[in-house]
Amino acid sequence: MKVRIPTPLRSYTAGRAEVEASGATVGEVLEHLDRQYPGIRFRMVDEQGRVRPHMKVFVDDEAVRDLEASVSDAHEVTIMQALSGG
Amino acid sequence: MAETRWTSTDGDVEHESPEGPMLLVGTRKGLWLVGADATRSRWSVAGPAFLGHVVHHAVVDPRDRRTLLVAARTGHLGPTVLRSTDVGRSFVEATRPPAFASGDLLGRALRAVFWLTPGHADEPGAWYAGGIPQGLFRSEDGGDTWAPVPGWNDHPRWADWAEWPEEGTPDGSMLHSVNVDPRDPRHLYLGLSGGGVFESVDGGGDWAPLNAGSVATFLPDPEPEYGHDPHCVRLHPLRPDRLYQQNHCGIYRMERTDGRWVRIGDNMPGDVGDIGFPIELHPRDPDTVWVFPMDGTDVWPRTSPDGRPAVYVTRDAGEQWRRLDRGLPERGWLTVKRQAMSVDAGDPVGVYFGTTGGEVWASRDEGGEWSCVLRHLPEVYSVEVADPTERD
Repeated sequence: MKVRIPTPLRSYTAGRAEVEASGATVGEVLEHLDRQYPGIRFRMVDEQGRVRPHMKVFVDDEAVRDLEASVSDAHEVTIMQALSGG
Repeated sequence: MAETRWTSTDGDVEHESPEGPMLLVGTRKGLWLVGADATRSRWSVAGPAFLGHVVHHAVVDPRDRRTLLVAARTGHLGPTVLRSTDVGRSFVEATRPPAFASGDLLGRALRAVFWLTPGHADEPGAWYAGGIPQGLFRSEDGGDTWAPVPGWNDHPRWADWAEWPEEGTPDGSMLHSVNVDPRDPRHLYLGLSGGGVFESVDGGGDWAPLNAGSVATFLPDPEPEYGHDPHCVRLHPLRPDRLYQQNHCGIYRMERTDGRWVRIGDNMPGDVGDIGFPIELHPRDPDTVWVFPMDGTDVWPRTSPDGRPAVYVTRDAGEQWRRLDRGLPERGWLTVKRQAMSVDAGDPVGVYFGTTGGEVWASRDEGGEWSCVLRHLPEVYSVEVADPTERD
């Protein structure tokens, strides 16, 4: 499925804004992303498996915080990051 | 910074790579390298690297003289360590950055790598990292992969010592000032803000508070066993049983054989006080120490007392202090954070500090005369020196 990557994480994807990844859950998709782009998952998900504050994962138009949420190839995953702060 | 380009600090004139000491300047918005010529009178700058990343600390390994580790994060991305093996010309990210154990019983997640310390000379490739919250992590391979130090992170008293889950300080509770005894790699010290100074004699397997004699005026019992707020703790490499600390509540020295902190800051001028963040030691003289006092009165502005910035030095282990302000602004409201002061190995010693206002100041005569070598940087978080011998 298509995964949209926000600008703060594109140093991992060689600048690509969209990449392909697979998995039956959001967590599996992020793990597949990490196998392709080592290190990217830990910037989004902490060592206890929690999506970091101010990071958001959307499956199509729906925000998801549970990494067990199901996805399929028909979905599009969008990773977003707040750009708050000075 | 794959193509390190050195330019003059006041323009865009290209310079040769500097032959003198190089300062690693970590800021709230990236890393800059600031290098001197052999006389330490002409400075040039390269950077930024990692623009927009919070760089809490950047340190060159004195053992191989080439490995440079950078503790970085952004506002919202998780923390990481970036590594260079060519003194900053190129970087790669650590394969396994510092993190608490997955499934940690306290549910801790590392928010920042705050402090970096190279390990003992007999343990090439060993490094320690301190975090926010106050975890301790160790690498055996030059900072590429990191593991928690369970003797500290899972110590049965850790939650009490670290005041978990409270956040004791405005930027989060941090572990800093990891000191390794040059005589024994298993003998370690560290500082917690808040929490106090702690010591291990078995390589980090077990720990004990080491705070007798220091005060914590912000607690009901001003002399508790732990709960203090050391801002920066240093061990002298040539006299490893002597420790100094700049604490939230004063400047202290300890002879480890005595086991008790002595408040040498009581000898500072009363109208300046003995509050500050950094404390720096002369590399060859265990009696010489520099501090940068700040205003710890009222609501703690943490700026230079009375707006008159100065470094203070003692040459007799804290009995007397002398003001060093020649070249510094007559009026200025400077703050220097705990990692943002450093010394080189030159003779006389070069002393350097960076301010939260984005200036880097240098003295090539042990503080006798100061000059501003770079300004208009973001808030400076750390200044560390790579001496020229570390770049051969």
